[in-house]
Amino acid sequence: MDAYLIAMLVFAGFYALMALGLNVIWGLTGMVNLGLVGFFALGAYASALLTTKLFWPMPLGWAAGAVVAAAAGAIMALIVARLRGDYLAIVTLGFAEVIRLTASNEIWLTNGTDGISGIPGPWRGDVSPPEFNLIYLGIVWTAVAVVFVLLARLSHSPFGRVLRAIREDEDVAAVAGKPVLWFKVRAFTIGAAVLGGAGALYAHYNAYIAPDGFAPLLTIYIVLALTAGGVGAMRGAIIGALFVIALLESTRFLSAIIPGVSPVQKAALREGAIALSLILLLRFRPQGLIPEKTRTKATP
Amino acid sequence: MTESSPQPALLEISDLRRSFGGVVALNGLALQVRPGTVTALIGPNGAGKSTAFQCISGVIRPDAGRVIFDGQDITGLRPDRITGAGLVRSFQIARGIPRLTVLENLLLYGQAQPGEGVAAAILRPAAMRAREEALRERARAVAARLNLTRVLDNQAAALSGGQKKLMEIGRALMAEPRLLLLDEPVAGVNPSLSAEIASHIGSLRDEGMTVLIVEHHMDFVASLCDPVIVMAEGRFLVQGSFEQVAADARVQEAYMGRRVHA
Repeated sequence: MDAYLIAMLVFAGFYALMALGLNVIWGLTGMVNLGLVGFFALGAYASALLTTKLFWPMPLGWAAGAVVAAAAGAIMALIVARLRGDYLAIVTLGFAEVIRLTASNEIWLTNGTDGISGIPGPWRGDVSPPEFNLIYLGIVWTAVAVVFVLLARLSHSPFGRVLRAIREDEDVAAVAGKPVLWFKVRAFTIGAAVLGGAGALYAHYNAYIAPDGFAPLLTIYIVLALTAGGVGAMRGAIIGALFVIALLESTRFLSAIIPGVSPVQKAALREGAIALSLILLLRFRPQGLIPEKTRTKATP
Repeated sequence: MTESSPQPALLEISDLRRSFGGVVALNGLALQVRPGTVTALIGPNGAGKSTAFQCISGVIRPDAGRVIFDGQDITGLRPDRITGAGLVRSFQIARGIPRLTVLENLLLYGQAQPGEGVAAAILRPAAMRAREEALRERARAVAARLNLTRVLDNQAAALSGGQKKLMEIGRALMAEPRLLLLDEPVAGVNPSLSAEIASHIGSLRDEGMTVLIVEHHMDFVASLCDPVIVMAEGRFLVQGSFEQVAADARVQEAYMGRRVHA
C-alpha cells in the first residue's frame, strides 16, 4: 500500500507540473491548449532517445526535453497567432495527435508502437525499487516546488499582468502598448518547457514509453485538474492535480466495494463518479478550489 | 511658409480609405488636429468616425492614405507602437479588463516597465521595482484626479458605468499621451457626470494636452470642443466652431437628409 501511495504521489507530481505549464498558456494568457500531451510526449521522447541512443547524462536529457518542447511551443504560438477559442483548440488537439502518430510510425527513430524501454533512472538498480520510488518522489516534487516558485513570481509581476490582460481583451492590451504576439510566444514557450520537462521526468521514472501513453485523455485530465484547482492561480494547479489523482484512484476502490455488479459495470460506475464529482465542483465552485487573487494593492 | 502656419498639426490625416466588403467606411478622409486643442469629430451614424479612430490607433489597417503624428508616419503600425509614439485611444464601450483591479488596469497602461521581460519578472531587479513604484505613484495621482481613489482595489467588473468611463480615460493618461483619442467619453453617462468629465478634459487641455473626441452629445461638444470637424459618408465635410458648423447648411443636410425638390 505504501508503494502504491508513493507511486501515486509521483504521478501527482507529473500532473502538477503539467497543470502548472498549462496554467501559463491557458490560465494566464487564455490560449486554449488541448495539445499539451504532445509537448509532454516531445519532452519524454527527446530525453529517452538522447539518454538511450546517445548516452547523454540524465539531467542533460531532462533539460533537452524541456528545450525541445519549448521550441515546439514557440513555433506553435507563431502558427496560431491569429487563432482563438475553438479554432485554437482544434489545432492544438491535432498537434498532439500528429506527435503521437509520428511516434507510432517513425519506427527507425522511436521503435514505433513497441515503444522505448530501458530508459535509465537515477540510481535504478543500485537501490531497491521502494527506495527508487522515494528518490524519484523527492526529485519530482522538488521540480514542482522550483517551477511553482518561478511561475508564481512570473504571474505576480508586470509580465503576468500583461498576460492576464491579453487573456481578457487582446485589443486593449495592444492599445496599452504591449506587443501581444511577443507576449504570447513567450508564455507558450515557458508553458511548453514545463510540459516537456514533466514528460522527460515521466520517461525516466517509467523506464518505458510508448505512443499509447500519450493519448488525448491525459490532456483532458490536466485540463480538469486546472479547472478544478482554479484557473490562473499557480497554487490551484497543484491542488487540482492532487484532487484529480485522488479522484481517479479513490474511485478505483469505491467501485470495488459495491456488491453485485460486473467488472465492466464497475469501470463504468467509476467513470461516472469522476464525471459527477467534477460537474458538482464546477456547479458549486466555478472559480475552482483556489480562486485567482491579486497581490497588487493600492495601500500595501 | 512658417508664417502662415505657426503651429504645425499634431495629427495630419490625408486620403484615408477603408472598406468592409462592399461598404465604404472611409472614402478619402482628410483632417488635421492642432496641438493644444480639444477637437471634436462629429457626424451622423455611419459617417465613419469609429472606423477613423480604429485606423488612426492601428486597431485596423487602412486600405490607403496617410496618418502622420507629430511628423512621424504611423500609418498601419501596430497599436502598441502607436501608443508608444504618444497617441493613445480610449474605447467606446468601456473595455476594462474585468478581472484586474482598477489599479492593475491603470498600471497596465504604464510604458517602459522592465518587469514585462521574463528574466526581470522573476529576478525583480531594482530598476523594475523603481519603475513599478513610479507607475503606482502616477496611478494614484490619476485616480485622485478622476475620483477613482476609493475603488482602486476593486475589480474593474464591479465598477459603475460612469466609473468605467473615468477609468477608460485614466488608463489612457497612464501612457502619458501627447494626443488623446476619446471615443464617446460620455455615451450613456448622466448629465452631472458628463459635466465632470468635460471639466477633466478641459483641465487636461489647459495643461497642454491635445484631445480628439468622437461624441454624439451636442451639449457636451458645444461646451468643450473647438474646433469641431464634421464628417459624412467617409470624408471631411466642414470644420469650424460649434456655432459655425451647426449653422452650416451642408451639415444640416448630412444629419437631416437632403430636401427633395419636386
